[in-house]
Parts: sequence; C-alpha cells; structure tokens
Amino acid sequence: MTAVHAEAQHDTGRALLGLEGVTVRFGGITALSEVSLDISEGRVLGVIGPNGAGKTTLFNVACGFQRPGEGRITWKGEQLSRLRPHDLAGLGISRTLQGLGLFERMTVLENVTVGADRHARAGFWSGLLALPGSTREETALRERSMAALAELGIAEHAPRYPGSLPYAIRKKVALARALVVEPELLLLDEPASGLSSDEMAELGELVRGLTDRMAVMLVEHHMDLVMSVCDDIAVLDFGRLIARGTPDEVREDEAVVAAYLGDAVSHADASSDPVAGS
Amino acid sequence: MQQPQALRRVTDHTLGRHLVVGAVGVVVVVALMSFLGSFRVSQLASFSYLAIAAAGLTVLTGLNGQLSLGHGAFMAIGAYTAAVLQRSDSGLPVVVVLLGAVVVATLVGAVVGMAAARLHGPYLAGATLALAIAVPGLAIFWSDLLGGEQGLTVPLPEVPGWFADAVFFLTATDPSSSRYVAYLAGVALVLVLVLLANVSSSRVGRRWKAVRDDEVAAQLAGIDLGRARVLAFVVSAACAGLAGGLMAFVVRLTAPSGFTLTLSLTLVTAIVLGGLGSLAGALIGAALLTFLPQLATGLGGDLGLTDVQAAELAPLVYGVVMVLVILLAPGGLVGTVRMRQARRAALRAAAAAPAPQHDAPPSSERERSS
Repeated sequence: MTAVHAEAQHDTGRALLGLEGVTVRFGGITALSEVSLDISEGRVLGVIGPNGAGKTTLFNVACGFQRPGEGRITWKGEQLSRLRPHDLAGLGISRTLQGLGLFERMTVLENVTVGADRHARAGFWSGLLALPGSTREETALRERSMAALAELGIAEHAPRYPGSLPYAIRKKVALARALVVEPELLLLDEPASGLSSDEMAELGELVRGLTDRMAVMLVEHHMDLVMSVCDDIAVLDFGRLIARGTPDEVREDEAVVAAYLGDAVSHADASSDPVAGS
Repeated sequence: MQQPQALRRVTDHTLGRHLVVGAVGVVVVVALMSFLGSFRVSQLASFSYLAIAAAGLTVLTGLNGQLSLGHGAFMAIGAYTAAVLQRSDSGLPVVVVLLGAVVVATLVGAVVGMAAARLHGPYLAGATLALAIAVPGLAIFWSDLLGGEQGLTVPLPEVPGWFADAVFFLTATDPSSSRYVAYLAGVALVLVLVLLANVSSSRVGRRWKAVRDDEVAAQLAGIDLGRARVLAFVVSAACAGLAGGLMAFVVRLTAPSGFTLTLSLTLVTAIVLGGLGSLAGALIGAALLTFLPQLATGLGGDLGLTDVQAAELAPLVYGVVMVLVILLAPGGLVGTVRMRQARRAALRAAAAAPAPQHDAPPSSERERSS
C-alpha cells in the first residue's frame, strides 16, 4: 500500500479528472470499492489489473455510463453531479472503445467528422436551409478531420468504409475520431489489443507524443506497453485500488506482485520477447 | 465531364447544388403539370404526396434507424387539419392551410417522438403500428367535428389570379382547381426534397447517422441520443403532415378509410423498394407504387385479358417486383447501385495501392472486435 500514499509527489500539473471514494455494486457484487484516483495534465496513467478487477467499470464511471453508488467525480476540481456520456466531449474528454464502435455505414472521413462535432455550432435551421455559415463550418470540420487522419498516416483511406479496412487501420480511425475532439483527457480502452509488436511500439510513441497536448488514461493488458508508456500506474484487484505509483514502484509493490504482476514480470524478464507471453 | 467554372463554383456549395437540382425539378413539374392530361396530372399529384411522406420516412428509418409503421397516422392528422381549416369558410390561402397541417403533425410528432426515442426495434414498430390503427379511430370518436365514418369532403381551393394568368401565358388554357392543387403538390415535393437533402448532408444528418450506427460512440462524440431521435421523428412527421394536407386537396375527401394500415405499410414498402435512407430511392419507390398498378392493368388489357383479370394483374406484378427487389437488390434499388459503385471504387483503390501488409492481426482479435 505504500505506493498509494506516495502518489502526491508524482503529480506535477493541474488535476483534471478525479474520482473520490467511488463504489459501484451490481446486485451483491462490488465491482468498485472506494476507489480514489486522479489524473493531472500531461500525464499518462495506466490502469491495470487482472480480468474482472473493475477496470472497465472504472472507465464507465469516468464516462457517465455507470453512475457510482457512492463517491464523487470531479473535473478540474469541480464536482460533476449528473455526468452523462454526451457531456464528455464538451468537457474535453474523449474515449476510444474496446470494440472500436466505428460507424459502419459512414465513410472514414465522416466517422472522424462526427468526432469533431464538438467544434461545430451550426443548428438545425442553418442545416435545413444550408445557410452559408453551415456550409463553411462543414468545410472547416472536414479539414480538421482530414488533418487528424493525416496525423495518423491514414488520410488516403478517408473515402473508404470502415468494414473494408484492416483491423489496425480501423483502430487508427477510432483513435483519430477521439483525437479530433482535441481533448484535455484521452481515455484509451485497450489500445494495443490486436496490434502487432511493431504497431504497438508505434502506438507507444504516439501516446508519449500526445502528452504536451493532453493527459492520457489507458486500460491495457500488454504489460510492456504500460510499463514503457505510463508515468503512473494504478492497479485494481477485485474492485479495490491496491497500488498507485510509477512503473518501478508498482513493479516492486508486494501486493501487486501477489495479485497480478508477479507472473507477467518474471515472464517478461525471462523471455526476450515479452509480447509472446501475453 | 468538365463542368464550366461558374457552375462548379455553385455546385461546390451544398445550397447551390441542391438549388440547381431543385430549380430543374420545378421546371419539370411545371412542364408535366401544364401539358399532361388531367388523369395523368391527378396521378402525378398522388405520386407527389406519397413521395413527400416516403421521403420523410426514409430520413427517419434510413438515416436515423427508427422504423415507423405508423406514418399514415401523421398523414391522417395533416389531412384532417387541412380539411377542417379548409371547410371553416375562413378563406385561408391553401398554403396557410397546408402550413397548419404541417404544424399540427409536427406537434403530435414531437410528443410521439419523445416516446419513440425510448423504444427500440420491434417495440418502436409495435407502438407506431398502434398509432396507425388508433388515429383514424379518433375521427369516428369525434364525429361531429371530423365527420365520422363518412369523413369530410374538402372544398376545392380557388385558383389565385396570378397563377391562372401564368398558366394561361404558358399553355393558353385556364387551369382548373385540381390542376392548381397538382402544381402545389409537385412544387411542395421539390421543396421538401431540397430541404431534406440539405439536412441530410448537414451536421444534423451526420449526427442522425452516427446515432443509427453506434449509440455508445455517438454519445461519446457529444450527441444526445434522445434529442437526435426526437428531431428526426419531428422532421419526418412534418413531412407526413404536409403529405396528408396535400392528400386532402387531391382526394377531396378525408375519411378514416383513406388512412388504413395499408397506407402506412405502403410508405414502408416504397422506401424499402427504393433503398433506405436515399431520397432518390423514396422517389422511385413512390413512383413504382403509384404507376405500377395502372401500368400492369393497362398491359393486361392490351394482352387481351378481361377487365377483372387485368385488375388482378396489378397486385401480382406488385408482389413479383417486391420479391425480385428483395432477392436481387436487398439494399433497395438505389442502395444496390451505390453498393456496386463503392465496391468498384474499393477494387480500383486496391489495384492502385502497393502490396498488402503482412502483419495482419490474429483472426481471433478481429472477431472479437466486430
């Protein structure tokens, strides 16, 4: 538990998202138990834990999909009392989904333009009458979306439909849709799943490159990615936060080793290719 | 294919492009309505109001993913509103009467839409189906105002002087009231199509499509699901209301028997035949439903069938077309053409691109993601 108390020293920037004493129960099962966690500007926070530890529930609470039974959520120090998922983008939080959730019957460009909706103002009437302001704004949104696609190197796929693209590209489309929001906090739900080791290394570099623009919080199983990319790591086990600290601190925390990490770390040390074990 | 510079500048803008198409549409309407015989003109008027309702429905079902089996109810609301206003001897211009029909249908659509936004798939279909059955019943319940089973006859509107002058200038004949109504219906159709095309290609339409394709991702993009759904429903109900108002003038009678469940299902049939979500598809579907029965009957007569046999040919041809479209073009007529274009474009892109990458993910991951 020492790592949990040491967390204050690691935080440098302003606190963005904060969870305080969050508890979620599904019937008799406690999915999250008094979890307190915060993430500051420019930091990368990894949330890890064995299957069923409550990582996804934690994300869902942070996104307003799951209302906590107890505890509160704060954004930049202010309490979010009735957080609904569609408020997130406006606050400056965007999230990718494990299942990608791409709009299958819209082109790649349209998919990303939906993400850019936060930057749009045109209402129903200007759309109905196709007023010049609405058309200008549409052009600006398209340019913004093309820039987001270009940043990830997938601009040439803009007119395609997601279903016709390889998984790794689809994944980048989903990421572009989250980045075009220009969030202050980016939540990544298993960003590395299904990626090759090269693609994973590229992803790691990309995430580190984002930190001058936004904070990143990610749920991930690939331990080597988490260890190399994250500034801080929070470890969940059976809905409890059992450790919080730098990768080195977490790696050596006894509670963590006992709960989860021991296996993976010894495996990673023993094998030259840590991905193979996961 | 090289367009002149000025035309391209116009067509680059959404409004410009749709206005050009709309202007062409109005010219076509005027030409057809002026020179065709009165039977064809009344057929075109029926086609126009059916197409308006179908266009509204295809926006709701195709773009927003809400299936309504009850749009006939909104047509009934529009028709009865128009009939009551027109009979009130208030001398309101037809356009005002039609606007009244739109407003009332819009208000009812907002209420129903709020309920519909909470329902999904078969539940929404069931609820709207109940609406289609219940609303014509109200006419019997309030028979003093709405004329009960007999319905309300709708007095023909007076032809405005400027309109008569314009038609006389074009065709050297005095237009009848029914021809005036047909002009109105045709122009209204063009107007509705331009407005719906604007909305579909705007931010609003994109939000509707996002809600249709993935609710969770749409919410994360900042879209309020309920508001998007209610708005789509209201737009669609407004179209049905206008269609109903025009129907009252074209048919000249508004009675419960005109708004049976068949009418609602006809609209669904039209948009499925044409291709969900496509305005052109709604037009084609409505045209098929309006003209195919007469064509089939006429053809039967030419082939030497008796009148009764020829009349029986219409539902047969109709059913065969339906089966063929579903078998051969499951995306509807327009949808299938578009799919074929997309596939060809993808093939062309694949042929132009360098050799595919070899680091594809393991198939199990791919399955999990879908």
